[in-house]
Amino acid sequence: MGIFIIFISLSIYFIGTKFIQTPEIIALIVLLTALVLLVISFFITNSFERLAEANRLKSEFISIASHQLRTPISNFKWTLELLFSGKLGKFSPKQLEYLRILKDNSERMIETLKDLLIVTKLETASLPFKREYFSLDELTKEVIEQFKNLALAYNVEIETNFQKNLPKIFSSREQIKLVIENLLENAILYTKGKGKVLIKIETKDKMVYFEIRDNGIGIPKEDQKFIFQKFFRASNVLKYQTRGTGLGLFISKKIIQRSGGKIGFQSEENKGSKFWFSIPIK
Amino acid sequence: MKKILFIEDESALQRTFEEALKDEGFEMISALDGEIGLKMAKEKNPDLILLDLILPKIEGMEVLKKLKEDEKTKDIPVIVLTHLEELEKVEKAMELGAKAYLVKGEYSLNEVVERIKKVLGLK
Repeated sequence: MGIFIIFISLSIYFIGTKFIQTPEIIALIVLLTALVLLVISFFITNSFERLAEANRLKSEFISIASHQLRTPISNFKWTLELLFSGKLGKFSPKQLEYLRILKDNSERMIETLKDLLIVTKLETASLPFKREYFSLDELTKEVIEQFKNLALAYNVEIETNFQKNLPKIFSSREQIKLVIENLLENAILYTKGKGKVLIKIETKDKMVYFEIRDNGIGIPKEDQKFIFQKFFRASNVLKYQTRGTGLGLFISKKIIQRSGGKIGFQSEENKGSKFWFSIPIK
Repeated sequence: MKKILFIEDESALQRTFEEALKDEGFEMISALDGEIGLKMAKEKNPDLILLDLILPKIEGMEVLKKLKEDEKTKDIPVIVLTHLEELEKVEKAMELGAKAYLVKGEYSLNEVVERIKKVLGLK
């Protein structure tokens, strides 16, 4: 801003010397211009600072609220599990049905809080990004194993096609794992009937390329441009699946960008989606 | 009967765990702050300690450090049960000698009980 004021003042001085003969008037004009610009710049800087402060306070509020809510929600979840286990006595099938609704919702609240905390940390850049060398294919196998039961429950078959001797990537293993978890969970959850998910990993232009393809419900064309936005959930998704926080893809995009990579997708409603990301090999 | 000391300032959570552990044949004793927790660990000689990190009077990490420094309590296995999930906290707790670090909300009640059994060598 200072350089800009000096530049404008000098320009006015040189222009002034061509058209105005009296040096005092030129000096006065230059001084007045510099003063006006200084006042404007003060207001601009001040409002930017206030905006940054408001943003920091908002993130801090979400972080504190999420932390504070976690304890009572965990208590709630565990107490429901205790009731559910039958250790305190038997419930009728109808009562059990309602207990299950409460239990499912407590799990959703926990998921949302967890995602909210990650988002806050990503936005305030306080999520540590510990880089290390690791194999993306090994990590993917680990995540698939983790989602085995969910895939079984949703009648989804997972196939893999990994290129042999893939180079290791240098990134945050913990955070890339979050991305794979989000993409695989979406691929499994948003299916209709028998689903099929294919995960491919290969090298492409000095990058390790990860692709996950499903034959699920797809994303409506009009929703596609919002898909990486915070809390956005496609209109057709809400009909099929209540699970999901609308934060997974937003988190994934932030993480891939922090890794110096790219993320994208292609999708057709009622046919399926293909999500991909690539991370540079270092 | 194995005795478990639960150091946790949430009494509702203590009641839930008391029921769940009783059913599995454990005896649970509880402390609502770090100071009482340390005192009970020395006097009651528990087989395992379940420890929260955010505690009144003496915070959990300090309790863990003191437990491991004391000849009388240093061999009692400790499982940290907290909602703090920062990696540096996990690393610090494991470095100080915790047997496991469980983040609240990520484990079911049954999974926590199973982990207790595993640490006690009952599984």
